[in-house]
Amino acid sequence: MPKAQLFITCLADQFYTSTLQNMTHLLEKLGVELVFPPGQTCCGQPLFNNGFEDKTRAVALNFMQAFAKSDAPIVGPSGSCVSMVKHHYPELFPAGTPEYNLARDTAARTYEFTEYLVNVLKVLDVGAVFPHKVTYHASCHYLREMGLKTEAKTLLGAVKDLELIPLKEEDTCCGFGGAFTVTYPEVSRAMMENKVKHIMASGADTVVMCEPGCLMNVAGGLHKAGSNIRAMHIIDLLSAR
Amino acid sequence: MTTETIPYIGFEEYSEHIPQTIPAAVQQATSRFVGGRAARVSELPHWEQLRQIASDIRLHTIDNMDIYLNRFVEKVQAAGGIVHWAATAEDARQIVLQIAKEHNVKLAVKAKSMATEEIELNHALQAAGIEALETDLGEYIIQLAGTGPSHIIVPAVHLKKEEIAALFSEKLHMNAPSDPIELARIAREKLREKFLSAEMGVSGANFLVAETGTMVMVTNEGNGRMCTSMPDLHVAVVGIDKIIPDWESLTVFLKLLARSATGQKLSTYTQFITGPRREEGEFGPKEFHLVLLDNGRSKIMKDPIGRQVFKCIRCGACENVCPVYKNVGGFAYGYFISGPIGAIFAPQMLGTQVARELPYASTLCGACADVCPVKIPIPTILRHLRRRVAQGDEVAGPSMPVPIRAMAGMASMALGWNWIYRFGTGILPFFMSVFKRGEWIPSAPYPLNRWTKARPLPPFNASFRNWWRAHSRVARENTK
Ligand code: SF4
Repeated sequence: MPKAQLFITCLADQFYTSTLQNMTHLLEKLGVELVFPPGQTCCGQPLFNNGFEDKTRAVALNFMQAFAKSDAPIVGPSGSCVSMVKHHYPELFPAGTPEYNLARDTAARTYEFTEYLVNVLKVLDVGAVFPHKVTYHASCHYLREMGLKTEAKTLLGAVKDLELIPLKEEDTCCGFGGAFTVTYPEVSRAMMENKVKHIMASGADTVVMCEPGCLMNVAGGLHKAGSNIRAMHIIDLLSAR
Repeated sequence: MTTETIPYIGFEEYSEHIPQTIPAAVQQATSRFVGGRAARVSELPHWEQLRQIASDIRLHTIDNMDIYLNRFVEKVQAAGGIVHWAATAEDARQIVLQIAKEHNVKLAVKAKSMATEEIELNHALQAAGIEALETDLGEYIIQLAGTGPSHIIVPAVHLKKEEIAALFSEKLHMNAPSDPIELARIAREKLREKFLSAEMGVSGANFLVAETGTMVMVTNEGNGRMCTSMPDLHVAVVGIDKIIPDWESLTVFLKLLARSATGQKLSTYTQFITGPRREEGEFGPKEFHLVLLDNGRSKIMKDPIGRQVFKCIRCGACENVCPVYKNVGGFAYGYFISGPIGAIFAPQMLGTQVARELPYASTLCGACADVCPVKIPIPTILRHLRRRVAQGDEVAGPSMPVPIRAMAGMASMALGWNWIYRFGTGILPFFMSVFKRGEWIPSAPYPLNRWTKARPLPPFNASFRNWWRAHSRVARENTK
């Protein structure tokens, strides 16, 4: 029986409890034995991306220690947070130190949720049914840092009764960018409104993505625009029966 | 220019008052280039290898800068060219002014050149009573408008044709129609007489080939050729980063440049200039001067991460795909090079004090690095410069305001000590529930009010941890 550790990410922890519950159910239904290390907080990306590499180390150490109690794979619902652990943790510590070795080990067994499903468990169909017109927003770090180009669409393609509708500028940033939303609120807004405009023009009734951050941004934007289009995390869509 | 005179670049302030016409004009033009580029790239199956080779050549050249520069200079001199070294922008201006004075120049015609934008040559020439006329159509337009360029290859990208027509009508005292072809014709007519009377032609260069001392210019309008061949005197101002080892390397860069820039296979003109004309009756200027501009480059080349900006071939592809650039336009960056490359170039050239906002003017989405023909890891360099702004390093001390640094320190503690995080997570939903209206938080207190300016915030509800405790207890009991 495969084992995995739940990496819930601080954003999903604060805002998307039901997505995390769905992630738990989906993985358990696929026979994965889950543990949840309660000592986890945040991957440290907000500090790292804003130039505070020195202040990121304490956060990364907390994360690595929390997940070191088991050597099972670490699975999270965000390409961006997973990329932080996978690609940037080893950059934080000098090569050869115990922390560096721990970072390398942690990085090697951390997976984004759809990546874990498609590439590790080799599950392409989770048995979901979703009779809706769905369009897909390709989140930046999920797509470019993690290089996950096909995984989400493969999973969506297997969902019964789902009609996948193309989105104009599918892989253009939605304007989230973490602290960017509060550093340059006007620019973030313009980018978000552009994304919302394309979603509304797509003819879909649902937009799906693999990042809690983009989800907050796009869902809020759609609400502000008075749209009824539903923004969903892919985990929630894949849980629909 | 001395450091004290460089004004602070207020990206945020600018971003709050962007003229409505700019994003529309920029998006229209850039999406055309994006489409063209994609089509050309798909025709070359070995595109990725070409990018890697180009990147390797650039890094190799930076590592061996002295060798190639010396080789290049020797060859230029052997071909009869005169080489000048300019350590600073001010040095470069003085050198060009001196040459112009010696030749009694009253009118200089200019080809499109980023190096002369960098040293703000036009102002210096004009202050010395020399007319400096831009002859590239885009540069001609912004010269009339009295601004700098807002895009690397399309300097007037922020203007719509109606605005250009209005500008022509006002400045040239005529009734200009808003038809691009007609506008180009008007400009050409105005410029032709000037080409004939100019005593000096000024240009930059896209590449300097060390092997033969040849400077290469990649252009589309033909004005570059006129500038470098009609007047008897040609002065080129070129950054030392333009050097490449040999002609074989050049073929790689030529394959990448026009495809990335405009979606052309090759630009209309590719000019090779090796010294002045050798015999009477031959084509070209009598005297050829080359000003090699350092202006801080060799210092930046010592920074192993930062120096990668000098791989840049100024194609503008990163600007064309950048969602930030497309919503703010080039002027937001307050520098002659804008967009993602401007955001990593300006802070290194001007210092992380005046340009400290620029590395943050990005969501780190990575679209730029994906298209960059020389594989500049722009997000990595942005993070590197953010590090310099936030923490300082060997090159510069921190320029991030103290309150933000203090906030980061607190965040580090809250996230690094998980009991603080868990405590905070426990009370946040109660604290924030005050601001909840229905399913959303429409306006939150500082700093999240900057989020809710544009869209509501979902309510805080950190209940997974409790749920998990119950869930795992049930699971354990079920398996018993
Ligand atoms: S950074 Fe890369 S994409 Fe941008 S202008 Fe330079 S070469 Fe072109």
